[in-house]
Amino acid sequence: MKRLFTAAWLWLDDRIGISVLLAPMKHIAPQDAKWWYVFGTATMIAFIVQVVTGVALAFSFIPSSSQAYETLVFITNNAPFGRFLRGLHYYGASAMVLMIGAHMAQTFLFGCYKFPREMTWSTGVLLLGFTLAMGFTGATLSRFFAIHVFVIPAIMFAFIGLHLWLVLRHGISEPPTAGKMVNPETYRKEYEELLKKSGKPFWPDLAWRDVIFGTGLILAIALFAFFIGPPALDQPPDPSVLNADPRPDWYLLWYFALLALIPAKIEGYLMILMPALIGITLLIIPVLNNKGERAASRRPWAIAVVLLSVIMIGSLWVAGQQSPWSPNFQALPLTEKVIGATSGPVFEGGQLFHDKACLSCHLIQGYGGRRGPDLTYIGDKLTRDNIIIRIVNGGGNMPAFGSSLKPPEIDALVAFLQSRKRPIRPQDQSPVAQN
Amino acid sequence: MNENITEHSLAGIEAPELLSRRRFLEKLSIALGSFCAAVVGLPLIGFVIAPLFRKPPEQWASLGKVGDFQIGKTVSVTVLDPSPLPWAGITAKNAVWLRRESENSFIAFSANCTHLGCPVRWMEGAELFMCPCHGGVYYKDGNVAAGPPPRPLFRYDVRIENGEVKINSVVVPISTTL
Repeated sequence: MKRLFTAAWLWLDDRIGISVLLAPMKHIAPQDAKWWYVFGTATMIAFIVQVVTGVALAFSFIPSSSQAYETLVFITNNAPFGRFLRGLHYYGASAMVLMIGAHMAQTFLFGCYKFPREMTWSTGVLLLGFTLAMGFTGATLSRFFAIHVFVIPAIMFAFIGLHLWLVLRHGISEPPTAGKMVNPETYRKEYEELLKKSGKPFWPDLAWRDVIFGTGLILAIALFAFFIGPPALDQPPDPSVLNADPRPDWYLLWYFALLALIPAKIEGYLMILMPALIGITLLIIPVLNNKGERAASRRPWAIAVVLLSVIMIGSLWVAGQQSPWSPNFQALPLTEKVIGATSGPVFEGGQLFHDKACLSCHLIQGYGGRRGPDLTYIGDKLTRDNIIIRIVNGGGNMPAFGSSLKPPEIDALVAFLQSRKRPIRPQDQSPVAQN
Repeated sequence: MNENITEHSLAGIEAPELLSRRRFLEKLSIALGSFCAAVVGLPLIGFVIAPLFRKPPEQWASLGKVGDFQIGKTVSVTVLDPSPLPWAGITAKNAVWLRRESENSFIAFSANCTHLGCPVRWMEGAELFMCPCHGGVYYKDGNVAAGPPPRPLFRYDVRIENGEVKINSVVVPISTTL
């Protein structure tokens, strides 16, 4: 029986050439390419998860504006494993973005983009662009959906093929050694000698790490999908419902924050120019600098660029999470305790502060919005006249309320705001504290 | 076999008539290939980009009877896309902020922020429109009061016909076309 199987396999292998096709898996690679090198494969594994789950979801999803929501509800609540599959597709996208980011940071810090792997890097940059475009088009319908499921994936297959071909053509880069320069004239010879001396076949000597990390990644995606599940489906996509609060997926939230924080005048230019500039810079990095030192320890600017990018995206992401520029529409009326009065102008002013939506943008003792300044102790800072001027004329990012408030309302608001003073503590009155 | 190929190739270099035959076949193949690509490709491009040039017909959409609206009040009114795509479903609906200024005059604003199109909310007490996305704020007349919006809120043309308030919904800023 075994002999029969062996004969059948040999026949098939001879006619189809499976071993020849898989031979590149056994290409010789530097033996020191260890755990730092797993992110590329991990990105591809996440991509495969996206393709497989995407195809499965397409069996039930109808990308038309009249039925998309209903089919999503069906997939999530009725279809067997539907919720899990949607979760896999959702967290798979996040995993792919994280892994491509890690892969890029690693190859950049290791100077892998230098001679002769310039185009390996550049095709990778294009793949980053396509990945983000996939993220952006992932929640769209009709023509953008066609772009999401046919156009970009087809381009990505081609570029992943090219990227892998280039990895084979130029070999997996060896981990850098401080002081060892890349010289285009001698690099290829040195690399060949290194492989001859200590190279190992990628499969299975090196690939096992990719398999273990990839398994961990798939497990993480599956656990998230199973226990947390895909984002909840709230109200149907009815454009006439105005109580919507649109937010992008987490990996685009930092850009959403950037659009709120940059000066409005340059926004139009920045929205198009900045991504284009970042893209072009990333693409031409290896053209500008393809030789010399590879080790990150000798390239402080490389470390600075990666750190600053992480800090920038991280802090913008936190800002996007908090969205202090968004008015707080849920602000409840201030309590009597916070107002500090139960009747009279201060109490009326405290109520008006909510009713006139001041509270949507200003904080009072931690209640309200963060769009404008915290007014908890405004009574210590501004005089009565100054408060009136600010309310009536507005200024900066504050609307003018002169035409929408009646004089008695302004008086009440001013009385309330003037009463917002730091409480006088006993130690503030002692001579020691006054120094 | 090998000899044949060599003979053939050598003959190609030597015999001008064979060379011109090859050139002709080469050109013919490229020309036919381009023709086939155009036959399939040009209609394809037209089909894909056509929606970008689709202009919905001008249409006056009714928002309700004049008497339904209180003077001085700003309310959101649902209006249907004048020429929705057959599969638009719920997305053919749109909202308009309508205010009855006096007995016979109305103002209708698009509910979409001019910054990035998020729906703005009317804050009755403050008499302001506020956007939840990036904090754009508009005065009651639609002019920008704060935040990043580059233009005032879009105003629809309004007319009263047979006791009904109508807006010219020719331009619906957010459409289902794309």
